[in-house]
Amino acid sequence: MIDPWYLDNLKQIVSLEQKIAKSGFPGLEPQLLRQAKEYGFADRQLAYLTGTTEADIRELRGQQGCRPVYKLVDTCAAEFAAFTPYYYSTYEQEDEARPSARKKVMILGGGPNRIGQGIEFDYCCVHASFALAELGIESIMVNSNPETVSTDYDTSDKLYFEPLTAEDVMNIIDREKPDGVIVQFGGQTPLNLAAALDEAGVTILGTSVASIDRAEDRKRFQQFLQKLALRQPDNDTAMTPAEAIKIAARIQYPVMVRPSYVLGGRAMRIVYNENDLTDYMQTAIDVSSEHPILIDKFLKDAIEVDVDAISDGETTIIGAIMEHIEEAGIHSGDSACVLPAHTLSDSIKEEIATATRAMALELKVIGLMNIQYAVKDEVVYILEVNPRASRTIPFVSKATGVPLAKLATKVMLGEKLADLGLTKEVKISHYAVKEAVFPFDRFDNVDTLLGPEMKSTGEVMGIDKELGIAFAKAQFAAGQPIPSSGNVLISVRDNDKSSILPTARKLHELGFTILATRNTARFLNKNGVAAQHINKISEGRPHILDRVQDKDIQWIINTSMGTRTTGDAYTIRRSALDYHIPYTTTVSGAKAMTMAIETLRKKDIVVKSLQEYF
Amino acid sequence: MKALVALEDGRIFAGRSFTGAGEATGEIVFNTGMTGYQEILTDPSYKGQIVTMTCPLIGNYGVNNEDMESNAVHPAAFLIKEYSKIHSNFRATGNLADFLASRNILGVEGLDTRAITKHTREVGALRGIVSTQDLDPESLIKKARAWPGLVGRDMVSAVTCEAPYGWSEHGPVSGTGFNGSTAGKHKVIALDFGLKYNQLRLLDSRDCQVQVVPAQTSAADIMAMRPDGIFLTNGPGDPAGIPGVVETVRRLLGKKPIFGICLGHQILGLAYGGSTYKLKFGHRGSNQPVKDLTTGKVEITAQNHGFCVDFKSLNPDEVELTHINLNDDSVEGMRHKKYPAFSVQYHPENAPGPHDSLYLFDRFIEMMAKN
Repeated sequence: MIDPWYLDNLKQIVSLEQKIAKSGFPGLEPQLLRQAKEYGFADRQLAYLTGTTEADIRELRGQQGCRPVYKLVDTCAAEFAAFTPYYYSTYEQEDEARPSARKKVMILGGGPNRIGQGIEFDYCCVHASFALAELGIESIMVNSNPETVSTDYDTSDKLYFEPLTAEDVMNIIDREKPDGVIVQFGGQTPLNLAAALDEAGVTILGTSVASIDRAEDRKRFQQFLQKLALRQPDNDTAMTPAEAIKIAARIQYPVMVRPSYVLGGRAMRIVYNENDLTDYMQTAIDVSSEHPILIDKFLKDAIEVDVDAISDGETTIIGAIMEHIEEAGIHSGDSACVLPAHTLSDSIKEEIATATRAMALELKVIGLMNIQYAVKDEVVYILEVNPRASRTIPFVSKATGVPLAKLATKVMLGEKLADLGLTKEVKISHYAVKEAVFPFDRFDNVDTLLGPEMKSTGEVMGIDKELGIAFAKAQFAAGQPIPSSGNVLISVRDNDKSSILPTARKLHELGFTILATRNTARFLNKNGVAAQHINKISEGRPHILDRVQDKDIQWIINTSMGTRTTGDAYTIRRSALDYHIPYTTTVSGAKAMTMAIETLRKKDIVVKSLQEYF
Repeated sequence: MKALVALEDGRIFAGRSFTGAGEATGEIVFNTGMTGYQEILTDPSYKGQIVTMTCPLIGNYGVNNEDMESNAVHPAAFLIKEYSKIHSNFRATGNLADFLASRNILGVEGLDTRAITKHTREVGALRGIVSTQDLDPESLIKKARAWPGLVGRDMVSAVTCEAPYGWSEHGPVSGTGFNGSTAGKHKVIALDFGLKYNQLRLLDSRDCQVQVVPAQTSAADIMAMRPDGIFLTNGPGDPAGIPGVVETVRRLLGKKPIFGICLGHQILGLAYGGSTYKLKFGHRGSNQPVKDLTTGKVEITAQNHGFCVDFKSLNPDEVELTHINLNDDSVEGMRHKKYPAFSVQYHPENAPGPHDSLYLFDRFIEMMAKN
């Protein structure tokens, strides 16, 4: 039962909403506007209700003196003085904010965490705060997530516990008048506010808003790459389904398709033929001139590379070139990655470093930037440039011992990298492996298949002199056991058959019994790797599921593309999860795991503190 | 209806009446309890005060017949942030606005109660006025300053019972001579300085027959009723302002077991030969931490007091400090070393408030049983 008290409160809000809609913009008398703000109506909502713009509402509030006040968060209803400057806004009478006369910088945090907007950004914000403290500058943190370190009361000089919206951030800026605002550490959420803040005359520290736009706008980005003679996968934009089919045919399948209006890989898909494309356009999205569809050439089996770099506008230092274990097409947040890149040639690495420096210089990056590359057949492609801190910054900083976020903060405040002692890339003599952590076992009926849409909710790091051990440590930390002997089930799609062969052979040599579905078994046997045939679910009992349930299978390698939740592939993925059987959905992942198994046969895992590596 | 709150130091707060027109003067205090507004409003200890609730929403569970702690509303006015336009609770028999309006108590909402609380915390409990009739700040400030305040004044005579009465499980029973319907084992005289009914309910439920007598009842008259124990209740205002009662209590000392609460505790302190002082802004709420020094245990207590016993004024050979407030180390309880008498500054009767301190009633029963 819903208590009538709640319903009545909702009714009060709805009634006021109707009253405002009826009054229109001219009818927003001071008393009504104030009541609306006390009720929690955002400027944007008021603009929507009265058919005007958020800027108009803001201006009207200014004229009427309708501004929020800030109250201190304390735990005793103001009975005792609170000393931690931890503020929230409300439309009330007394303002408890006490802006100082010191030099001060505001840091915009990441807001609510969600998949793709994780705690890694909070790390960067916290380090920014520490850097400001070292510079003797007052730090003002704006963030609304109580489960973070940036919202700990002792991280910054002041904390405003407020939503990351233009309205709320501008209200704080009006009150605190900071000398500058850092938007590049909190992920995409604050970066999206950069243009609005810039327009309002706020000083954005570091990389300019114009440069951010240049990297984010698809057309401008293309021109930017052309100017630097850098390559990106062939791509185009379609306004109609017919046009999409034509473009895909020209670019050639497989292609990566996604709606233009979403971020973070949502609704993104790799399609292999015209049927898939038509199916995608009919079921997943709505293509129109309002909602164009973006089509990119998908670089199958390319190696994906993540680069984090820091620049002071003149000098650019590469923080790290990381090589993904999973091939291109898996969201970078879901891929395991290795630092330093373990299969790239020196010349490719040099080419990537040179391209990174050129882009940083052209975009006049001041602070951090992240670039995603793909390398296929010794050709380097640029997939994406993010002129902000990336989610790999904490990993890179810990793996190399270089506090990138801290240094970037100081650079944004005018210091040069050379003055900060960072003059060249840091070379490390160990391997660090980042592995994603997935929440699949918390949710029923979620598919564990990885793809362009990010699914991980955390990450771990394994570090060691040996790559195999570093990978093994990362797997253990991520909760993925590493099988030492027994039965391995291999079921791969035709495209992957030749690339899985060396791994299957190695596993056989290591004493594993290979189980394989009909076609995979036939292929392996024909190529000299003994494999026993195992029934698919449709082929009669005992089948894969039976043997999974009997715990007769120690590891499953399955790259089948079946995404239908009724298909065999899905059922196997899901039951592997339910029965805690290690499960690998990529050939490269299987290869890395096999390397870890082999290394573990020869060496023991030794524990060392992070500091001992530097 | 617009309403203004004015303080003697010139601070003005604007709000709206939710109970109709009115004007009232008193000492501005705040209570930090999240619930219990009906018990607070019917607590006689608030006589002469204007109560501000720090909890931002008040009235959401209405009022009922069971949560009455006396038969009247005692604060001069009631200040809140938001009055809940709807109440929803299975026990409710009416709403707070009508409850106040029918007793001519002014209730004002829309106030920045946090600002009032902060101000009170910083400068102390001030004289103030609330009005819907006079909206001229200057005039209001003048009126606030003209109000005499609580120090040295007898507020008890305004709230003590006019005639003795007994207590049954159904409530008050008029008459003298332990005439409650339950024939309890222990006969307790409650010397009424402004008691809360839950004290009587708790004694009644512990096999006591209770006889409530007016504050000015003499020691001889009390002893003539042959009680097993004497209960000194809570009450409003300055303990030093009430004529006669300290002498009465002094005469009862050592004769029968005595248990004092709040004002009763302060009067015991004066009867022991000590003195009291006014706290800056007092303790009012349902989560005050108190340490029992005899056991080392901490209890969370309900409190409502503006005055306090000065322990330094007492002879440590005669009186033992038993409880302290962990927020400010002030005296929260004491015991006489020679006579069977003990007292606490807080409200163990928990209406409203936590049940941590009920053991004190048991302690009183034990004391009577032993005597």
